[in-house]
Amino acid sequence: MASLQPELITEVAGFPVTNTVIATVAVDAILLFLLYIIAKRISVRPSGIQSFIEPGLTYFYGLTEQIAGSRAAKIFPWFATFFIVIFVTNLFGLLPGITAVGIFEEHHGEHTLVPLFRAATTDFNMTLALGTVSVFATHFLTITTVGLVGYLQKFLSLNPVSLFIGLLEFVLEFVKIISLSFRLFGNIFAGEVVLVTISGIFAFLAPLPFIMLETIIALVQALVFAMLTMVFMAVLSTPHSEGGGH
Amino acid sequence: MEFTLTGGAIIAFGGIFPALAIGVIGFKAMEAIGRNPEAATKILPPMLLGMAFAEAIAIYALILAFIG
Repeated sequence: MASLQPELITEVAGFPVTNTVIATVAVDAILLFLLYIIAKRISVRPSGIQSFIEPGLTYFYGLTEQIAGSRAAKIFPWFATFFIVIFVTNLFGLLPGITAVGIFEEHHGEHTLVPLFRAATTDFNMTLALGTVSVFATHFLTITTVGLVGYLQKFLSLNPVSLFIGLLEFVLEFVKIISLSFRLFGNIFAGEVVLVTISGIFAFLAPLPFIMLETIIALVQALVFAMLTMVFMAVLSTPHSEGGGH
Repeated sequence: MEFTLTGGAIIAFGGIFPALAIGVIGFKAMEAIGRNPEAATKILPPMLLGMAFAEAIAIYALILAFIG
C-alpha cells in the first residue's frame, strides 16, 4: 500500500529530499531537454516533433481566445505550462518499472523497498503548491490588468448586498485552492493505490485496463486543472464595463 | 495504510450523489449528441469539465476515507 506521505531518501544541506522531489527534478530535466531539441529545429516549414506539437498548441490557443478574448496572450502561457507540467508529471508515475528502482531499508523491523521515484502529484505538497501558485497568479494578473482600484472594487463596494457577495467571493478564492489541489491529488493518488493493489494480486493481464484508465485520467486531470486556471483568470480579470450587468 | 470500516462508510455514502451527477451529465450529453451528431466535438470538452467538477466531490470524500 502506498503511504500518503512521500518517503524520505536523503538530506541535502538540511533540505529533506523525498522521492517525489527526485521525480520532479527528473521531469524538469525531460521537459528542458525536449525544449532544447525543439528550439534548435524550429522553422517555418514544420517537420518532425514540431508538426506533432503545433496543432495541439493551436487548438488550445483557440480555446483560450474563445474564453478570454483580448487577454488571451497573457493567460495562455499559464494554461500551457500548467497543462504540460502536470501531464508529464502524471505520466511519469505510469512508466513501467519506475517504482522498482529503490533502496532497501528497515522500517519497524521489516525489510522493505523504498522506491527512488514517485510521481510528484501523488504528494499533496506538490498539488497544494500548484493550486496556491495558480490562485496567486490569477490575482496578480488581475491587479496588473485592471489596476489595484479595479481589483478592490470587485470585492468591496458601498452597496451592502454587493459587499456581502464580495466577501463571499473572497472566501471562495481559498476554496479554489483547496478544491484544485485535492482534485488533482485525490485522482492521481487513488489511481496509484489501485494500481499497486491490482499489481499485487494479478501480475500480468489484469492491470492493463487500469493502466489505460490511469493514462486517460492523467490527461483529463491535467486538462481540467489548466482549463480551470484559465477560466478563473479570464473571469476575474474582466474589466467592469465588459460583459452584461447583473 | 489500512482500510477501516468508517473509511469504507465515508466513501460509500459520499460517492452516491457524485455518481448520480456524473450519470446525469453523461445522459444529457448523449441526448444532445443524438439530436445533432455533428456537434459531438463541441459538446465533449464542456461535458468532461462538468464531470471533473462532479467527481471532485467524491474525491473529497475519498480523502477523508483515507485519513479516518
